[in-house]
Amino acid sequence: MMPDRDTLIAVRDLQLSFGPKIIQKNVSFDLKRGSIFAVMGGSGCGKSTLLRSMIGLLRPTAGRIMIGGDDYWGQDEARRTAINRRYGVLFQSGALWSSMTVGENVALPLEMFTDLKPDAIEQLVRLKLGLVGMEHAIDLFPFEISGGMRKRAGLARAIALEPDILFFDEPSAGLDPITSARLDDLILTLRDGLGATIVIVSHELPSLFTIADDGIFLDAVTHQPIAHGSPRDLHDSCTLPEVTAFMHRSASIPSQTEQKAEQHV
Amino acid sequence: MTQEHAALQPTSSPSWSITDTPEGLCLTLGGRWKALSGEAMRLPDNAFSSVRTGTGRTLFIKTDDLGDWDSSFITFIWNVKQAAGRLSLRLDCQALPASAQRLLALLPDRATPPAPHQDSREGPLARLGGATLDVFHEIGTCTTLVAEVGHGVIQCLRGRSSMRLKDLLVDIWNAGPSALLIVSIVNFLIGAILAFVGLLELRKFAAEIYVTNLVGIASAREISAIMTAIIMAGRTGGAYAARISTMQGNEEIDALQVTGISLAGYILLPSILSLVIMMPLLYLYGTMVAIFGGFVVSMTMMDLSPIGYWLTTFDGVDLNQFIFGFVKAFFFAGFIALAACRVGLKAGRSAADVGIAATRAVVIGIVGVIALDAIFAVLANAVGI
Repeated sequence: MMPDRDTLIAVRDLQLSFGPKIIQKNVSFDLKRGSIFAVMGGSGCGKSTLLRSMIGLLRPTAGRIMIGGDDYWGQDEARRTAINRRYGVLFQSGALWSSMTVGENVALPLEMFTDLKPDAIEQLVRLKLGLVGMEHAIDLFPFEISGGMRKRAGLARAIALEPDILFFDEPSAGLDPITSARLDDLILTLRDGLGATIVIVSHELPSLFTIADDGIFLDAVTHQPIAHGSPRDLHDSCTLPEVTAFMHRSASIPSQTEQKAEQHV
Repeated sequence: MTQEHAALQPTSSPSWSITDTPEGLCLTLGGRWKALSGEAMRLPDNAFSSVRTGTGRTLFIKTDDLGDWDSSFITFIWNVKQAAGRLSLRLDCQALPASAQRLLALLPDRATPPAPHQDSREGPLARLGGATLDVFHEIGTCTTLVAEVGHGVIQCLRGRSSMRLKDLLVDIWNAGPSALLIVSIVNFLIGAILAFVGLLELRKFAAEIYVTNLVGIASAREISAIMTAIIMAGRTGGAYAARISTMQGNEEIDALQVTGISLAGYILLPSILSLVIMMPLLYLYGTMVAIFGGFVVSMTMMDLSPIGYWLTTFDGVDLNQFIFGFVKAFFFAGFIALAACRVGLKAGRSAADVGIAATRAVVIGIVGVIALDAIFAVLANAVGI
């Protein structure tokens, strides 16, 4: 199956392992340009591992990741780094470089990869921090700001180089519902404003329903994807017990629930 | 219900019995089941040996005389549930208090065996092979690291480095001026001790004047270089490893890699350069302090003018000794910094891993420096310094 022109990322038969332990296999999906794609699944199913393989931190043991027609892991390191230039990544903890101020964090990629003059860089840094509502924190160090602010600052750094693909690893993890809802709004606004394609790894249902328009559901037991589609569609129409349990927030998948009901009798 | 029975028999010990009735087996539980009062009970393996069991039979539970209960009761009931599962008995827990039923429903029919560690099944040969591959891999990684840092230095000399000057200055400050006090104290005391012990021995031969040579040569050639290196391995090497492994746990290293910023140029170079620049200077300073320590002790214990002491010192200690020590300090610094950075990069992502990385960097640093010093001693002997 050849990906069509709208497809920005095509993953084919990907297999991810740590040593002999297989994390996920047979992972295949297409990511449309401009879409927000959710990687869903319970804790420990390999969502973040899939993300790490897409951003070049973990080599898959089989399969291909095609980015705009290039086989990502078939390239040499220099070429991969060049592809990474199109990426913006928001890590789970924000991953701000702790020896630098928030402003310097956003400025570093600009200093490294552009020939901009210092005052032009400063303008851009203020703009990116302004977009995420963090302009006041420009001179603060990461340890001086809260977890939610760190995430927003991490987002400002992720969009520093005008990426066309954004990756979010658990953006709402550890945030209160209001902060997390604001972050969702911000992600949507940025997608529309920057025209970026977004891959989001999450198990936060409210935020998935709000923002994602396509997705894949990874199963931790069979170690492979068991459903494709937007979180909304999976919620409304998917009949697989694992997916419905996840989508409807029940504590156990139905087969086990029946067992327990019997024991109560 | 529970309260009512607690009122009936408030202090009796836990009791249980199994009887065979026409309707099925009947397990009668009574008394107070409190884990913390030391009255925990287990269901013996042969509990069902005296009654007729078999598929299709039901095990009723009766709790008419049950008093207060807590985890010890649930533990016992869980034992019963597992035994019932093994013997294919249908368990009827309707008589149990509702909260106990809910807790019991959480527990599985059979105890799950603990998951084995991943590598525990490997044979000795596989482990040997794995260790050998690890060694080769490590050699490869370290060589790449050295090459990348070398490349970084060349870039730096050409003025095209990705290193931030601010980072270098901060590291230089930490590796140099802020270590002066501890370097001074240690070297002063070492010089003083050398002079003291030396004077006592040399006095027997009326050769006290040679204490200047003893202190001067010993500190310039060996002791100041080694002591300074050990201090820096503990102080700066440990700090580098802890810092880098914390960055690892915080995904900062991942962020650098994804952004395409060279780790070697950006994190390792300032750390390594600062130590390599500062340690030889600290060594020179340390040697002077050690000689001064010897001088202070000698002035109180022997009859020699202060100027005479310094003149004899520089007369007796060849410039080569200083150059030798200086070169050694340079290599020690490179080794300590590289080892610390490598250990930090290799560390895991948990808080405990940071501690392990710091410890490992210090141990490798100190042992490595002493081993390097032995190699230098052999080389110096061959060259004739």
